[in-house]
Amino acid sequence: MPSLKSLRTRINSVKSTRKITQAMKMVAASKLKRAQTQAQAARPYAERMERMLGSLAASVAGRPDAPRLLVGTGRADRHLLIVMAADRGLCGAFNSSLVRFARTRIRTLVAEGKEVRIITVGRRARDLLRRDHGKLIVDSVTFIGKTRIGFADAQAIAGKVRGLLDEDAFDVCTLIYNRFRSVISQVPTEQRLIPAAIPAAPDDAAATGPVAIYEYEPSEEEILARLLPENLSVQIYRALLDSAAGEQGARMAAMDNATRNAGQMIARLTLAYNRQRQANITKELIEIISGAEAV
Amino acid sequence: MPNGLTLEIVSPEELLLSETVDMAIIPAVEGDIGVLPGHAPMIVSLRAGLVRAQVAGTTAHEFVVVGGFAEITPERCTVVATEAVPLAAAAAGWIEERVRAAEAAYSRTATTDEVEEREDALRLAQLGSVLRARA
Repeated sequence: MPSLKSLRTRINSVKSTRKITQAMKMVAASKLKRAQTQAQAARPYAERMERMLGSLAASVAGRPDAPRLLVGTGRADRHLLIVMAADRGLCGAFNSSLVRFARTRIRTLVAEGKEVRIITVGRRARDLLRRDHGKLIVDSVTFIGKTRIGFADAQAIAGKVRGLLDEDAFDVCTLIYNRFRSVISQVPTEQRLIPAAIPAAPDDAAATGPVAIYEYEPSEEEILARLLPENLSVQIYRALLDSAAGEQGARMAAMDNATRNAGQMIARLTLAYNRQRQANITKELIEIISGAEAV
Repeated sequence: MPNGLTLEIVSPEELLLSETVDMAIIPAVEGDIGVLPGHAPMIVSLRAGLVRAQVAGTTAHEFVVVGGFAEITPERCTVVATEAVPLAAAAAGWIEERVRAAEAAYSRTATTDEVEEREDALRLAQLGSVLRARA
């Protein structure tokens, strides 16, 4: 039976843990709100970009000299995976489930005899993958100490990818990230970046009248050559924001659970403490009474 | 012919403007384009410069944009800019900072992309001096 003193210390320590998890939950909730607003604000840009790319790419894709960013190298032997997780832990299964998903993917690709390279985004992704697949990691990006993800961060990652493409280091580039489905649900998702997944022609053509034939200034090719790198950055930016919102959502849920568990534990410990106290009192009484009777 | 043109200005970070205007003037790579309602569909590449929106004969909005594209349809003009800032907020300070950043990028390397950036920086610098003269 633990002594009263040790029970008291336990209760106090669990209480302060509960305070911490509660505070973390609040912080995550406000960060989540900010991340969601940011993700929402970024949506119009991505949508417009997609629309433009859709009308452009359709006309260029079939040509033999189509840009690599759009059609890839025509092979699928060498894969570049961008694995995107959080920088920090304490957010439930957010990081581990993503990395598990990535590992399965890597193993399948390796089993098929493909060559795999990895760019990790986020410290956790790097740390968790380093053990098994350290040799495959060619680059890693972290945002430690950054309060807000900017478009420039996405551009930097896109720049690395383009650099590797120029060196002819891979055929297919895939992005693995946690898609934000709701505050409590993040789904590990893979998205192909190169060759670009061409957005289907808008099906609301009936509403907007016949599909317009665009004029281009400068030429189609030149615009596409500028649009494609931009599109790559946008896709990465969108994933970064989704992942950031998901991280905060996951952390909020995890901390909510932790707070609840701490509450239960305090109740249990308090009960044990009171029982013990009562037992001690009873014991002392018995001692006094039997002492008096003996006299 | 549609009686009004919806001008939209979006940057990666946010939707800055979505409004009906009489005319939009956008800085395309091969010269400024004035877009009136009913314009032929076009997709143009942009250089650094000013996007102006005219309503009832006066300039209602001015935005500084750096790079990007514009999609023009008879009833809509969508400016998809890599960077876009309302002119008021982009007072000389922002532009000068931007110019410095672009020039630093230029002096680091001299690939084709960066030359473009240098041109943008020069355009922004010009813009900055015009704005200062106006103030």
